[in-house]
Amino acid sequence: MESPVMLAAGILGTTGASLRRAALAGAGAVVTKSVGVAPREGHRGPTVVQVEGGLLNAMGLPNPSYRNFQEEIDIGRGGGAPVVASIFGAGAEEFVEVATGLDADGFELNLSCPHADRLGAEIGCEACNVEAITRAVKEEVNVPVWVKITPNVADVVSLGLAAERGGADGVVAINTLRAMAIDVESGMPILGNRFGGLSGPAIKPVAVRCVYDLASALEIPVIGVGGIASWEDAAEMMMAGARGVQVGTALGMIEGYGVFRSIAEGLSAYLDRKGIDLEELVGLARRAT
Amino acid sequence: MRPISARIVEIVQETPTVRTLRFDRTLGPVPGQYLMVWVRGIDEVPMSFSYRDGITVQLVGEATRAIFDLEVGESLGLRGPLGNGFTLSGERILLVGGGVGAAPLALLGEAAAEAGIEVTTLLASRCCDDLLFLKRFERIGEVVITTDDGSLGICGRASVGLSALRLQEFDQIYLCGPEPMMEDVIGRCAGMETKIQASIDRYFKCGMGICGSCSLDPSGIRVCVEGPVFRADRLAGTEFGRYRRGASGIKILRDG
Repeated sequence: MESPVMLAAGILGTTGASLRRAALAGAGAVVTKSVGVAPREGHRGPTVVQVEGGLLNAMGLPNPSYRNFQEEIDIGRGGGAPVVASIFGAGAEEFVEVATGLDADGFELNLSCPHADRLGAEIGCEACNVEAITRAVKEEVNVPVWVKITPNVADVVSLGLAAERGGADGVVAINTLRAMAIDVESGMPILGNRFGGLSGPAIKPVAVRCVYDLASALEIPVIGVGGIASWEDAAEMMMAGARGVQVGTALGMIEGYGVFRSIAEGLSAYLDRKGIDLEELVGLARRAT
Repeated sequence: MRPISARIVEIVQETPTVRTLRFDRTLGPVPGQYLMVWVRGIDEVPMSFSYRDGITVQLVGEATRAIFDLEVGESLGLRGPLGNGFTLSGERILLVGGGVGAAPLALLGEAAAEAGIEVTTLLASRCCDDLLFLKRFERIGEVVITTDDGSLGICGRASVGLSALRLQEFDQIYLCGPEPMMEDVIGRCAGMETKIQASIDRYFKCGMGICGSCSLDPSGIRVCVEGPVFRADRLAGTEFGRYRRGASGIKILRDG
Protein backbone atom coordinates (compact mmCIF):
# COMPACT_ATOMS: atom_id res chain seq x y z
CA MET A 1 0.00 0.00 0.00
CA GLU A 2 1.37 3.41 -0.91
CA SER A 3 -0.50 5.22 1.83
CA PRO A 4 -1.77 3.94 5.19
CA VAL A 5 -4.94 6.02 4.69
CA MET A 6 -7.83 4.02 3.24
CA LEU A 7 -11.44 4.56 2.27
CA ALA A 8 -13.70 3.02 4.94
CA ALA A 9 -16.51 0.63 4.10
CA GLY A 10 -19.94 2.07 3.51
CA ILE A 11 -18.77 5.42 2.25
CA LEU A 12 -19.13 6.08 -1.48
CA GLY A 13 -18.17 2.48 -2.24
CA THR A 14 -21.38 1.60 -4.06
CA THR A 15 -19.90 2.05 -7.51
CA GLY A 16 -16.60 1.28 -9.15
CA ALA A 17 -16.36 4.88 -10.26
CA SER A 18 -16.42 6.11 -6.65
CA LEU A 19 -13.84 3.54 -5.55
CA ARG A 20 -11.60 4.51 -8.43
CA ARG A 21 -12.00 8.19 -7.63
CA ALA A 22 -11.00 7.58 -3.99
CA ALA A 23 -7.93 5.63 -5.12
CA LEU A 24 -6.96 8.36 -7.58
CA ALA A 25 -7.42 10.89 -4.77
CA GLY A 26 -4.72 9.10 -2.81
CA ALA A 27 -6.41 6.37 -0.77
CA GLY A 28 -3.93 3.56 -0.08
CA ALA A 29 -6.71 1.00 -0.40
CA VAL A 30 -10.43 1.27 -0.91
CA VAL A 31 -13.09 -0.76 0.86
CA THR A 32 -16.37 -1.26 -0.94
CA LYS A 33 -19.81 -0.77 0.47
CA SER A 34 -20.87 -4.07 2.02
CA VAL A 35 -22.29 -6.59 -0.40
CA GLY A 36 -24.38 -9.62 0.40
CA VAL A 37 -26.07 -12.50 -1.36
CA ALA A 38 -29.19 -10.66 -2.54
CA PRO A 39 -29.95 -7.10 -3.64
CA ARG A 40 -31.20 -4.84 -0.82
CA GLU A 41 -32.65 -1.37 -1.15
CA GLY A 42 -31.81 -0.41 2.42
CA HIS A 43 -33.87 1.36 5.05
CA ARG A 44 -36.31 4.17 4.41
CA GLY A 45 -35.18 7.72 4.84
CA PRO A 46 -33.95 9.64 6.57
CA THR A 47 -30.96 7.31 6.34
CA VAL A 48 -28.42 9.88 7.54
CA VAL A 49 -28.74 12.83 9.87
CA GLN A 50 -26.11 15.21 11.12
CA VAL A 51 -25.91 15.34 14.91
CA GLU A 52 -23.54 16.77 17.50
CA GLY A 53 -20.03 15.75 16.59
CA GLY A 54 -20.81 13.52 13.66
CA LEU A 55 -23.32 11.67 11.59
CA LEU A 56 -25.96 9.21 12.55
CA ASN A 57 -26.84 6.71 9.85
CA ALA A 58 -28.96 3.69 9.19
CA MET A 59 -28.49 2.96 5.50
CA GLY A 60 -29.60 -0.65 5.98
CA LEU A 61 -26.93 -2.36 3.86
CA PRO A 62 -28.24 -1.37 0.43
CA ASN A 63 -26.30 -3.30 -2.20
CA PRO A 64 -26.81 -4.83 -5.62
CA SER A 65 -25.70 -8.32 -4.43
CA TYR A 66 -22.31 -9.80 -5.24
CA ARG A 67 -23.75 -11.10 -8.50
CA ASN A 68 -23.90 -7.53 -9.80
CA PHE A 69 -20.72 -6.28 -8.18
CA GLN A 70 -17.64 -7.75 -9.86
CA GLU A 71 -17.72 -5.07 -12.54
CA GLU A 72 -17.59 -2.36 -9.86
CA ILE A 73 -14.53 -3.96 -8.22
CA ASP A 74 -12.79 -4.20 -11.57
CA ILE A 75 -13.52 -0.54 -12.36
CA GLY A 76 -12.37 0.40 -8.85
CA ARG A 77 -9.04 -1.35 -9.46
CA GLY A 78 -8.45 1.12 -12.26
CA GLY A 79 -7.52 3.62 -9.56
CA GLY A 80 -4.34 1.69 -8.82
CA ALA A 81 -5.08 0.84 -5.17
CA PRO A 82 -6.14 -2.55 -3.80
CA VAL A 83 -9.91 -2.99 -3.66
CA VAL A 84 -11.10 -4.71 -0.49
CA ALA A 85 -14.64 -6.07 -0.68
CA SER A 86 -16.68 -5.55 2.45
CA ILE A 87 -19.07 -8.45 2.70
CA PHE A 88 -21.93 -9.44 4.96
CA GLY A 89 -24.20 -12.39 5.42
CA ALA A 90 -26.60 -14.05 7.80
CA GLY A 91 -24.09 -16.75 8.64
CA ALA A 92 -20.88 -18.47 7.55
CA GLU A 93 -22.53 -20.01 4.50
CA GLU A 94 -23.59 -16.64 3.07
CA PHE A 95 -20.23 -15.04 3.84
CA VAL A 96 -18.51 -17.86 1.97
CA GLU A 97 -20.90 -17.61 -0.95
CA VAL A 98 -20.18 -13.90 -1.37
CA ALA A 99 -16.42 -14.23 -0.83
CA THR A 100 -16.04 -17.07 -3.30
CA GLY A 101 -18.27 -15.25 -5.77
CA LEU A 102 -16.01 -12.19 -5.94
CA ASP A 103 -12.50 -11.57 -7.13
CA ALA A 104 -11.13 -8.85 -4.82
CA ASP A 105 -7.73 -7.93 -3.41
CA GLY A 106 -8.97 -8.63 0.09
CA PHE A 107 -12.13 -9.08 2.11
CA GLU A 108 -13.41 -7.18 5.10
CA LEU A 109 -16.04 -9.14 6.99
CA ASN A 110 -18.79 -6.84 8.17
CA LEU A 111 -19.60 -8.35 11.55
CA SER A 112 -20.48 -5.00 12.99
CA CYS A 113 -23.22 -3.09 11.14
CA PRO A 114 -25.38 -1.88 14.05
CA HIS A 115 -28.69 -1.44 12.28
CA ALA A 116 -29.62 -4.49 10.23
CA ASP A 117 -31.82 -7.30 11.41
CA ARG A 118 -29.97 -10.59 12.03
CA LEU A 119 -26.88 -9.28 10.21
CA GLY A 120 -23.69 -7.43 11.08
CA ALA A 121 -23.35 -6.78 14.79
CA GLU A 122 -26.32 -8.96 15.61
CA ILE A 123 -24.15 -11.97 14.82
CA GLY A 124 -20.78 -10.25 15.23
CA CYS A 125 -21.35 -9.49 18.91
CA GLU A 126 -20.73 -13.14 19.75
CA ALA A 127 -17.09 -14.19 19.71
CA CYS A 128 -17.95 -17.73 18.60
CA ASN A 129 -19.70 -16.40 15.48
CA VAL A 130 -16.78 -14.12 14.66
CA GLU A 131 -14.34 -16.99 14.90
CA ALA A 132 -16.44 -19.46 12.91
CA ILE A 133 -17.24 -17.02 10.10
CA THR A 134 -13.66 -15.84 9.84
CA ARG A 135 -12.40 -19.41 9.68
CA ALA A 136 -14.97 -20.38 7.07
CA VAL A 137 -14.02 -17.49 4.77
CA LYS A 138 -10.29 -17.94 5.32
CA GLU A 139 -10.56 -21.57 4.25
CA GLU A 140 -12.04 -20.56 0.91
CA VAL A 141 -10.07 -17.51 -0.23
CA ASN A 142 -6.41 -16.79 -0.90
CA VAL A 143 -6.41 -13.04 -0.25
CA PRO A 144 -6.14 -11.18 3.07
CA VAL A 145 -9.24 -11.29 5.27
CA TRP A 146 -9.91 -8.50 7.74
CA VAL A 147 -12.67 -8.52 10.30
CA LYS A 148 -14.46 -5.29 11.13
CA ILE A 149 -15.70 -5.53 14.67
CA THR A 150 -18.37 -3.77 16.65
CA PRO A 151 -17.63 -1.49 19.60
CA ASN A 152 -21.13 -2.09 20.97
CA VAL A 153 -20.08 -4.85 23.33
CA ALA A 154 -18.62 -4.99 26.82
CA ASP A 155 -15.41 -6.64 25.62
CA VAL A 156 -14.10 -5.60 22.22
CA VAL A 157 -10.85 -7.48 22.70
CA SER A 158 -12.63 -10.83 22.93
CA LEU A 159 -14.01 -10.21 19.43
CA GLY A 160 -10.55 -9.33 18.13
CA LEU A 161 -9.09 -12.46 19.67
CA ALA A 162 -11.88 -14.51 18.10
CA ALA A 163 -11.05 -13.09 14.69
CA GLU A 164 -7.39 -13.89 15.26
CA ARG A 165 -8.19 -17.47 16.26
CA GLY A 166 -10.29 -17.78 13.12
CA GLY A 167 -7.25 -16.89 11.06
CA ALA A 168 -7.94 -13.23 10.23
CA ASP A 169 -5.10 -11.24 8.68
CA GLY A 170 -6.22 -8.08 10.42
CA VAL A 171 -8.91 -6.50 12.55
CA VAL A 172 -10.65 -3.26 11.64
CA ALA A 173 -12.02 -1.21 14.54
CA ILE A 174 -14.43 0.34 15.03
CA ASN A 175 -17.80 0.32 13.31
CA THR A 176 -20.32 2.96 14.36
CA LEU A 177 -21.71 3.31 17.86
CA ARG A 178 -25.38 2.50 18.39
CA ALA A 179 -27.17 5.81 18.62
CA MET A 180 -30.44 7.63 18.10
CA ALA A 181 -31.81 11.10 17.46
CA ILE A 182 -35.37 12.29 18.07
CA ASP A 183 -37.20 15.11 16.35
CA VAL A 184 -38.39 17.37 19.17
CA GLU A 185 -41.18 18.83 17.06
CA SER A 186 -42.95 15.51 16.62
CA GLY A 187 -41.30 13.18 19.12
CA MET A 188 -40.42 10.82 16.30
CA PRO A 189 -37.03 9.15 15.88
CA ILE A 190 -35.42 10.91 12.90
CA LEU A 191 -33.93 7.88 11.18
CA GLY A 192 -36.31 5.80 9.13
CA ASN A 193 -34.93 2.80 10.99
CA ARG A 194 -35.45 4.65 14.32
CA PHE A 195 -31.92 3.95 15.49
CA GLY A 196 -28.57 3.72 13.75
CA GLY A 197 -24.85 4.18 14.15
CA LEU A 198 -22.87 7.26 15.13
CA SER A 199 -19.69 8.15 13.24
CA GLY A 200 -17.36 11.13 13.05
CA PRO A 201 -15.34 13.15 15.56
CA ALA A 202 -17.59 12.21 18.48
CA ILE A 203 -16.51 8.56 18.37
CA LYS A 204 -12.78 9.06 17.85
CA PRO A 205 -11.80 8.74 21.52
CA VAL A 206 -13.82 5.52 21.72
CA ALA A 207 -12.07 4.19 18.63
CA VAL A 208 -8.64 5.14 19.95
CA ARG A 209 -9.31 3.24 23.15
CA CYS A 210 -10.58 0.16 21.28
CA VAL A 211 -7.58 0.18 18.95
CA TYR A 212 -5.21 0.57 21.90
CA ASP A 213 -6.76 -2.39 23.69
CA LEU A 214 -6.87 -4.55 20.57
CA ALA A 215 -3.32 -3.76 19.52
CA SER A 216 -2.14 -4.62 23.02
CA ALA A 217 -3.78 -8.03 22.90
CA LEU A 218 -3.49 -9.17 19.28
CA GLU A 219 -0.62 -10.42 17.16
CA ILE A 220 -2.33 -9.51 13.88
CA PRO A 221 -2.46 -5.91 12.62
CA VAL A 222 -5.21 -3.55 13.73
CA ILE A 223 -6.62 -0.96 11.34
CA GLY A 224 -8.10 2.07 13.04
CA VAL A 225 -11.31 3.73 11.94
CA GLY A 226 -13.66 6.13 13.69
CA GLY A 227 -13.64 9.91 13.46
CA ILE A 228 -10.42 10.36 11.52
CA ALA A 229 -10.44 13.62 9.58
CA SER A 230 -6.92 15.03 9.90
CA TRP A 231 -3.30 13.85 10.04
CA GLU A 232 -3.34 14.45 13.78
CA ASP A 233 -6.26 12.04 14.10
CA ALA A 234 -4.41 9.47 12.00
CA ALA A 235 -1.22 9.91 14.02
CA GLU A 236 -3.13 9.46 17.26
CA MET A 237 -4.81 6.30 15.97
CA MET A 238 -1.47 4.89 14.87
CA MET A 239 0.12 5.75 18.19
CA ALA A 240 -2.67 3.68 19.75
CA GLY A 241 -1.46 0.77 17.67
CA ALA A 242 -3.18 1.00 14.29
CA ARG A 243 -1.04 -0.02 11.31
CA GLY A 244 -3.36 1.78 8.95
CA VAL A 245 -6.41 4.00 9.16
CA GLN A 246 -9.69 4.25 7.33
CA VAL A 247 -11.59 7.45 6.67
CA GLY A 248 -15.34 7.68 6.16
CA THR A 249 -17.48 10.46 7.58
CA ALA A 250 -14.81 13.10 6.91
CA LEU A 251 -15.42 12.63 3.19
CA GLY A 252 -18.82 14.18 3.58
CA MET A 253 -18.36 16.59 6.44
CA ILE A 254 -15.01 18.20 5.86
CA GLU A 255 -13.34 18.23 2.49
CA GLY A 256 -14.50 15.36 0.32
CA TYR A 257 -12.01 13.26 -1.59
CA GLY A 258 -9.16 15.65 -0.79
CA VAL A 259 -9.03 14.22 2.73
CA PHE A 260 -6.86 11.25 1.69
CA ARG A 261 -4.05 13.38 0.39
CA SER A 262 -4.22 15.95 3.16
CA ILE A 263 -3.95 13.25 5.85
CA ALA A 264 -1.16 11.36 4.07
CA GLU A 265 0.85 14.51 3.41
CA GLY A 266 0.36 15.82 6.93
CA LEU A 267 1.41 12.49 8.38
CA SER A 268 4.48 12.35 6.22
CA ALA A 269 5.54 15.90 7.18
CA TYR A 270 5.00 15.01 10.82
CA LEU A 271 7.20 11.92 10.58
CA ASP A 272 9.92 14.00 8.91
CA ARG A 273 9.71 16.62 11.65
CA LYS A 274 9.96 13.97 14.35
CA GLY A 275 12.63 12.05 12.48
CA ILE A 276 10.78 8.75 12.83
CA ASP A 277 9.23 6.33 10.36
CA LEU A 278 5.72 4.94 10.26
CA GLU A 279 6.84 1.72 11.86
CA GLU A 280 8.00 3.60 14.96
CA LEU A 281 4.80 5.58 15.16
CA VAL A 282 2.64 2.46 15.39
CA GLY A 283 1.97 1.70 19.02
CA LEU A 284 4.07 4.57 20.34
CA ALA A 285 1.51 5.28 23.05
CA ARG A 286 1.75 1.73 24.32
CA ARG A 287 5.51 1.92 24.56
CA ALA A 288 5.44 5.40 26.11
CA THR A 289 3.42 4.32 29.11
CA MET B 1 -28.19 19.73 10.23
CA ARG B 2 -31.21 18.06 11.73
CA PRO B 3 -34.46 18.45 9.81
CA ILE B 4 -36.13 21.81 10.45
CA SER B 5 -39.86 21.60 11.00
CA ALA B 6 -41.83 23.69 8.50
CA ARG B 7 -45.58 24.19 8.66
CA ILE B 8 -47.59 24.11 5.46
CA VAL B 9 -49.41 27.42 5.02
CA GLU B 10 -50.83 26.92 1.53
CA ILE B 11 -51.46 24.03 -0.87
CA VAL B 12 -52.10 24.68 -4.57
CA GLN B 13 -53.23 21.99 -7.00
CA GLU B 14 -51.19 22.92 -10.08
CA THR B 15 -52.11 20.07 -12.44
CA PRO B 16 -54.03 16.81 -11.89
CA THR B 17 -50.90 15.14 -10.47
CA VAL B 18 -48.83 18.09 -9.24
CA ARG B 19 -49.25 20.11 -6.08
CA THR B 20 -47.35 23.05 -4.56
CA LEU B 21 -46.77 23.34 -0.82
CA ARG B 22 -45.80 26.70 0.66
CA PHE B 23 -44.16 26.77 4.08
CA ASP B 24 -44.11 29.20 6.97
CA ARG B 25 -40.40 29.79 6.42
CA THR B 26 -37.89 30.10 3.62
CA LEU B 27 -34.59 28.27 3.65
CA GLY B 28 -33.03 30.88 1.37
CA PRO B 29 -32.20 28.71 -1.63
CA VAL B 30 -30.33 29.58 -4.80
CA PRO B 31 -32.65 28.48 -7.66
CA GLY B 32 -31.75 24.90 -8.59
CA GLN B 33 -30.75 23.90 -5.08
CA TYR B 34 -32.81 21.20 -3.42
CA LEU B 35 -33.90 20.09 -0.01
CA MET B 36 -34.48 16.72 1.60
CA VAL B 37 -38.13 16.50 2.61
CA TRP B 38 -38.94 14.23 5.52
CA VAL B 39 -42.48 12.97 5.64
CA ARG B 40 -42.40 11.78 9.20
CA GLY B 41 -42.83 8.05 9.53
CA ILE B 42 -42.72 7.48 5.76
CA ASP B 43 -39.48 8.49 4.01
CA GLU B 44 -37.18 11.35 3.13
CA VAL B 45 -37.04 12.44 -0.51
CA PRO B 46 -35.19 15.18 -2.46
CA MET B 47 -37.23 18.05 -3.96
CA SER B 48 -36.27 21.19 -5.85
CA PHE B 49 -37.38 24.55 -4.56
CA SER B 50 -40.14 25.97 -6.75
CA TYR B 51 -40.46 29.03 -4.49
CA ARG B 52 -38.10 30.38 -1.88
CA ASP B 53 -40.57 28.95 0.62
CA GLY B 54 -42.10 26.12 -1.35
CA ILE B 55 -41.83 22.88 -3.24
CA THR B 56 -43.82 21.45 -6.11
CA VAL B 57 -44.48 17.75 -5.94
CA GLN B 58 -45.58 15.21 -8.52
CA LEU B 59 -47.48 12.20 -7.27
CA VAL B 60 -45.20 9.29 -8.13
CA GLY B 61 -44.90 6.97 -5.14
CA GLU B 62 -45.46 6.34 -1.47
CA ALA B 63 -43.61 9.39 -0.12
CA THR B 64 -45.30 11.79 -2.53
CA ARG B 65 -48.66 10.12 -1.80
CA ALA B 66 -48.04 10.90 1.87
CA ILE B 67 -47.18 14.50 0.98
CA PHE B 68 -50.46 14.73 -0.96
CA ASP B 69 -52.32 13.54 2.13
CA LEU B 70 -51.03 16.47 4.19
CA GLU B 71 -53.20 19.49 4.91
CA VAL B 72 -52.52 23.15 5.67
CA GLY B 73 -51.27 23.43 9.25
CA GLU B 74 -49.42 20.11 9.16
CA SER B 75 -45.65 20.04 8.94
CA LEU B 76 -42.70 18.40 7.22
CA GLY B 77 -39.06 18.10 8.25
CA LEU B 78 -36.74 19.93 5.86
CA ARG B 79 -32.96 19.71 5.36
CA GLY B 80 -31.54 22.28 3.00
CA PRO B 81 -30.81 24.13 0.89
CA LEU B 82 -28.44 21.50 -0.51
CA GLY B 83 -26.26 21.13 -3.60
CA ASN B 84 -25.24 23.61 -6.26
CA GLY B 85 -27.94 25.55 -8.02
CA PHE B 86 -28.04 27.39 -11.34
CA THR B 87 -25.62 30.22 -12.07
CA LEU B 88 -27.25 33.21 -13.74
CA SER B 89 -25.22 34.78 -16.50
CA GLY B 90 -25.76 36.71 -19.72
CA GLU B 91 -28.43 39.11 -20.87
CA ARG B 92 -30.79 36.72 -22.64
CA ILE B 93 -31.53 33.28 -21.35
CA LEU B 94 -33.69 30.35 -22.35
CA LEU B 95 -35.41 28.07 -19.86
CA VAL B 96 -36.42 24.62 -21.08
CA GLY B 97 -38.69 22.84 -18.65
CA GLY B 98 -40.41 19.48 -19.08
CA GLY B 99 -43.27 18.36 -16.84
CA VAL B 100 -42.62 18.97 -13.14
CA GLY B 101 -39.04 19.88 -14.11
CA ALA B 102 -40.36 23.37 -14.78
CA ALA B 103 -40.54 23.91 -10.99
CA PRO B 104 -36.97 25.10 -10.25
CA LEU B 105 -36.89 27.00 -13.55
CA ALA B 106 -39.82 29.17 -12.48
CA LEU B 107 -37.87 30.27 -9.42
CA LEU B 108 -34.77 30.83 -11.56
CA GLY B 109 -36.70 32.77 -14.22
CA GLU B 110 -38.19 35.10 -11.64
CA ALA B 111 -34.75 35.79 -10.16
CA ALA B 112 -33.42 36.44 -13.68
CA ALA B 113 -36.26 38.80 -14.60
CA GLU B 114 -35.73 40.69 -11.37
CA ALA B 115 -32.06 41.09 -12.31
CA GLY B 116 -33.07 42.56 -15.68
CA ILE B 117 -32.25 39.48 -17.74
CA GLU B 118 -34.49 38.76 -20.72
CA VAL B 119 -36.16 35.39 -20.21
CA THR B 120 -37.68 33.08 -22.81
CA THR B 121 -39.26 29.79 -21.75
CA LEU B 122 -39.85 26.60 -23.64
CA LEU B 123 -42.44 24.76 -21.59
CA ALA B 124 -43.10 21.14 -22.47
CA SER B 125 -45.58 18.58 -21.20
CA ARG B 126 -47.58 15.55 -22.27
CA CYS B 127 -50.80 17.53 -22.62
CA CYS B 128 -52.13 21.01 -21.86
CA ASP B 129 -53.49 19.94 -18.45
CA ASP B 130 -49.97 19.05 -17.32
CA LEU B 131 -48.31 22.40 -18.17
CA LEU B 132 -46.76 23.70 -14.98
CA PHE B 133 -46.49 27.35 -13.96
CA LEU B 134 -47.54 28.72 -17.36
CA LYS B 135 -48.73 31.97 -15.77
CA ARG B 136 -45.49 32.41 -13.82
CA PHE B 137 -43.45 32.00 -16.99
CA GLU B 138 -45.74 34.27 -19.02
CA ARG B 139 -45.29 37.02 -16.44
CA ILE B 140 -41.51 37.06 -16.96
CA GLY B 141 -41.20 36.72 -20.71
CA GLU B 142 -42.08 34.97 -23.93
CA VAL B 143 -43.27 31.35 -23.65
CA VAL B 144 -43.18 28.65 -26.32
CA ILE B 145 -45.36 25.66 -25.49
CA THR B 146 -45.04 22.10 -26.72
CA THR B 147 -47.35 19.25 -25.84
CA ASP B 148 -46.84 15.64 -26.86
CA ASP B 149 -50.49 15.30 -27.85
CA GLY B 150 -50.78 18.70 -29.50
CA SER B 151 -53.50 19.87 -27.13
CA LEU B 152 -51.75 23.25 -26.83
CA GLY B 153 -48.87 24.94 -28.60
CA ILE B 154 -46.56 23.04 -30.87
CA CYS B 155 -47.33 19.32 -31.15
CA GLY B 156 -44.32 17.24 -30.15
CA ARG B 157 -41.48 16.98 -27.74
CA ALA B 158 -39.52 19.87 -26.26
CA SER B 159 -36.78 19.41 -28.85
CA VAL B 160 -39.32 20.15 -31.60
CA GLY B 161 -40.02 23.46 -29.90
CA LEU B 162 -36.35 24.40 -30.16
CA SER B 163 -36.79 24.90 -33.91
CA ALA B 164 -39.16 27.78 -33.15
CA LEU B 165 -36.31 29.59 -31.36
CA ARG B 166 -33.06 31.14 -32.54
CA LEU B 167 -30.78 29.34 -30.11
CA GLN B 168 -27.68 31.37 -30.94
CA GLU B 169 -29.35 34.43 -29.44
CA PHE B 170 -29.26 33.00 -25.95
CA ASP B 171 -26.29 33.52 -23.66
CA GLN B 172 -27.31 30.63 -21.44
CA ILE B 173 -29.80 27.75 -21.62
CA TYR B 174 -31.22 26.17 -18.47
CA LEU B 175 -32.72 22.69 -18.52
CA CYS B 176 -34.82 20.65 -16.14
CA GLY B 177 -37.10 17.77 -17.03
CA PRO B 178 -37.13 14.08 -17.85
CA GLU B 179 -33.67 12.79 -18.72
CA PRO B 180 -34.48 11.73 -22.30
CA MET B 181 -35.84 15.25 -22.92
CA MET B 182 -32.73 16.92 -21.53
CA GLU B 183 -30.42 14.61 -23.46
CA ASP B 184 -32.38 15.28 -26.63
CA VAL B 185 -32.22 19.04 -26.12
CA ILE B 186 -28.48 18.95 -25.39
CA GLY B 187 -27.99 16.86 -28.52
CA ARG B 188 -29.80 19.46 -30.63
CA CYS B 189 -27.74 22.28 -29.18
CA ALA B 190 -24.46 20.77 -30.40
CA GLY B 191 -21.56 23.15 -29.89
CA MET B 192 -23.37 25.06 -27.14
CA GLU B 193 -22.67 22.61 -24.32
CA THR B 194 -20.71 25.11 -22.26
CA LYS B 195 -23.71 27.44 -22.29
CA ILE B 196 -26.18 24.84 -21.05
CA GLN B 197 -26.89 24.18 -17.37
CA ALA B 198 -28.98 21.10 -16.63
CA SER B 199 -30.50 20.01 -13.32
CA ILE B 200 -30.31 16.23 -13.22
CA ASP B 201 -31.91 13.58 -11.12
CA ARG B 202 -30.32 10.55 -9.42
CA TYR B 203 -31.16 8.40 -6.40
CA PHE B 204 -30.29 10.57 -3.39
CA LYS B 205 -30.15 9.03 0.06
CA CYS B 206 -27.81 11.06 2.25
CA GLY B 207 -27.77 14.43 0.47
CA MET B 208 -24.26 15.05 1.82
CA GLY B 209 -21.96 13.22 -0.56
CA ILE B 210 -21.06 10.22 1.51
CA CYS B 211 -23.34 7.31 0.63
CA GLY B 212 -22.46 7.15 -3.04
CA SER B 213 -25.91 6.20 -4.30
CA CYS B 214 -26.01 9.16 -6.71
CA SER B 215 -22.45 8.82 -8.07
CA LEU B 216 -22.26 9.27 -11.82
CA ASP B 217 -20.21 6.87 -13.94
CA PRO B 218 -17.48 6.86 -15.07
CA SER B 219 -15.80 9.53 -12.91
CA GLY B 220 -17.86 9.20 -9.74
CA ILE B 221 -19.33 12.71 -9.67
CA ARG B 222 -21.54 12.98 -6.57
CA VAL B 223 -24.71 14.53 -7.94
CA CYS B 224 -26.12 15.39 -4.50
CA VAL B 225 -23.25 17.72 -3.57
CA GLU B 226 -21.48 18.53 -6.86
CA GLY B 227 -24.83 18.99 -8.64
CA PRO B 228 -27.68 18.64 -9.14
CA VAL B 229 -26.98 21.38 -11.71
CA PHE B 230 -24.18 20.65 -14.19
CA ARG B 231 -22.89 22.32 -17.30
CA ALA B 232 -23.78 20.04 -20.21
CA ASP B 233 -20.16 19.48 -21.24
CA ARG B 234 -19.57 17.88 -17.83
CA LEU B 235 -22.30 15.35 -18.55
CA ALA B 236 -20.84 14.31 -21.90
CA GLY B 237 -19.47 10.77 -21.79
CA THR B 238 -21.19 9.97 -18.49
CA GLU B 239 -24.02 7.55 -17.75
CA PHE B 240 -26.44 10.48 -18.20
CA GLY B 241 -28.98 9.53 -20.84
CA ARG B 242 -28.00 5.87 -20.77
CA TYR B 243 -28.71 4.47 -17.32
CA ARG B 244 -29.16 5.30 -13.67
CA ARG B 245 -29.04 3.27 -10.48
CA GLY B 246 -31.89 2.30 -8.18
CA ALA B 247 -31.90 2.11 -4.38
CA SER B 248 -29.80 -1.08 -4.30
CA GLY B 249 -27.23 0.26 -6.75
CA ILE B 250 -28.37 -1.97 -9.61
CA LYS B 251 -28.27 -0.21 -12.98
CA ILE B 252 -31.55 0.68 -14.59
CA LEU B 253 -31.14 1.06 -18.33
CA ARG B 254 -33.07 3.78 -20.10
CA ASP B 255 -36.14 2.43 -21.88
CA GLY B 256 -35.70 1.76 -25.56
